[in-house]
Amino acid sequence: MRLEPRAETPAWLSLAAPAAALAVTLLATAGLIALAGAPVLRAFATMFAGALGSGFAINELLTRATPLILTGLAASIAFRAKLWNIGAEGQLYAGAVAATLFGTGALDLPAPLLVPLLVAAGALAGAAMLAGPALLKTRLGVDEVVVTLLSNFIVLLVVGLLLEGPLKDPMGLGWPQAEPIVAAGELPKLVAGMRLHAGFLLAVALAVVAWAIDARATLGLRMRAVGLNAGAARFAGIPVERTLIWTALLSGGMAGIAGVSEVAGLKGNLTLDLSPGFGYGGIVVAMLARLHPIGVVASAMFVAAIFVGADAMSRGVGVPNYIADVIVATALLSMLVALLFLRYRPRWR
Amino acid sequence: MSGFWDAIALLAQASLWIAAVRIATPLIFGTLGELICERAGVLNLGIEGIMVLGALTGWLAVHQGADLWTGVALAALAGAAFGLLHGVLTVPLALSQHVAGIGITLLATSLSYFAYRLAFPQITTPPRIQPFKPVPVPLLSDIPVLGPALFAQTPLTYAALAAVALVAWVLYRTPLGLAVRMVGENPEAAEAQGIDVVATRIGAIAAGSALMAVGGAFLTLSAFDAFYFNMINGRGWICIALVVFASWKPVKALLGALLFAAFDAYQLRLQQIVGGAVPYQVFLMMPYALSILALVLMSRRAAYPRALMVPYVKGERR
Repeated sequence: MRLEPRAETPAWLSLAAPAAALAVTLLATAGLIALAGAPVLRAFATMFAGALGSGFAINELLTRATPLILTGLAASIAFRAKLWNIGAEGQLYAGAVAATLFGTGALDLPAPLLVPLLVAAGALAGAAMLAGPALLKTRLGVDEVVVTLLSNFIVLLVVGLLLEGPLKDPMGLGWPQAEPIVAAGELPKLVAGMRLHAGFLLAVALAVVAWAIDARATLGLRMRAVGLNAGAARFAGIPVERTLIWTALLSGGMAGIAGVSEVAGLKGNLTLDLSPGFGYGGIVVAMLARLHPIGVVASAMFVAAIFVGADAMSRGVGVPNYIADVIVATALLSMLVALLFLRYRPRWR
Repeated sequence: MSGFWDAIALLAQASLWIAAVRIATPLIFGTLGELICERAGVLNLGIEGIMVLGALTGWLAVHQGADLWTGVALAALAGAAFGLLHGVLTVPLALSQHVAGIGITLLATSLSYFAYRLAFPQITTPPRIQPFKPVPVPLLSDIPVLGPALFAQTPLTYAALAAVALVAWVLYRTPLGLAVRMVGENPEAAEAQGIDVVATRIGAIAAGSALMAVGGAFLTLSAFDAFYFNMINGRGWICIALVVFASWKPVKALLGALLFAAFDAYQLRLQQIVGGAVPYQVFLMMPYALSILALVLMSRRAAYPRALMVPYVKGERR
């Protein structure tokens, strides 16, 4: 078999290919549910209702989508320039630490000043986290994949160290948790009685900003050019190294803001289980969106729906909620193949 | 000052070197596996998940009544299956090796955790199995310090050492190894020699992934006797760093893994001496920090396989 680039993609295929990927994912999910001994149709119904069946469910979905939009943007920005940032998890925690440092009473400011300051601090912390690996890549040629992957583990240990030491909440009954964010630093709730917070609006706004940079700014053009062919970009006079550093700052910044949003919008204080893998989830979100910033918002909601739905399914019919990660990974791999066939035609010989 | 001498005296303890070789074993398997994939031109970021899968498959099989070696074989088979998937995605379909690899890691990890929860729904203390026991080699294991470290280990550790020799021999002394190295250096030339680039690459990835899975299985069948969540804990990523550190050479990979494990075993013991003076997290960070340091030091001299991460399309110029 060989793959031949398509001159144009037939309209039916642009619908059929993703639909086929979705069908594969649903079939695999059904198989796993059956394996768990649960009634398949009722499990799907529980999952659907849990994700979309009520105002509460939709609030939960959007709440879960918020960090995924931000880490999805982090991945999509970096991957566009072929900067393989797999460290969004660590950058998210760095942002959360920054929010904790400045937001738990160190600064006595009114909300309109304190909230933007926390967001900025988190963005800077996340950006700084990725600037290191990016500099190692551009200056010394060190592969950024392994460095960012390993740095996730280091950051988590640093957070653990801080939570048992300098950042430990003296009122926390001995639990490794930081002091709560002060009231003026909290992101306001959007709907009374629900968990959805202003972080969601911030995430959507940043998606628009990322789209504007990608589609309208010189930097966006340079990032694409570096990603497509760094050698050619250099030949065309694009400062490749500087572009990669800017990419790193933007990407790490987005992930850092995800940490601020989770701490100051949802959880209230920093703990070691702040993120159940949002950094890695962001990679899936970005790939499902084909790295398009606006698409990231939609695909983050899709991934969030699976997680929220799987939690409901786990409570309702007793299927372990690790199934959510299986569904998301299957969706990623099958969608990658489906999207490939949109651009290429298999030729059998 | 006595603390300093205590720290030095640790180095003479046989138990330190026994632990070092034990800690090195999964890294040796993993690094060899990744090395084979990369020598054939394909980065395999599925390693972390494949090690989780191997750890679970081997352990679960033994827990269900299979004998230990059957467990190892099933783990290898599961690893090879996921390697095959990674191979199909990255070689004929030429998807991004980074993204496909992360996808494989997510899938293998989540499937393992799902299967574990399915098998043991409400459990707080992980069930145990009867793991491999150390098999001392007569005479050789009586050599002071070195003897117990190298010759009083469990069978899988001997298998790891044998695998280094086997992989080195196959890579450098057989036509198969030459084919693997060629498709990783210059696939066009390999094709011109009549070598099937696609089949060779996929085969190398499957074989490498089987080794990674055995590395995972060592943890549940030999080093410990139970399966824990997060038990691989970045070991796969460390193996990827070790491949660079070893310049893609099997014997250097063995030395790298041993050196790395010796540091790790040493810091575990140092922790007990230094005690409360340094937070334990600082010690736990060491393996990851060391891996990054190794990458930085070696990157200038890194002799990447020329076609690493370059998809091969028949008849296309690059």
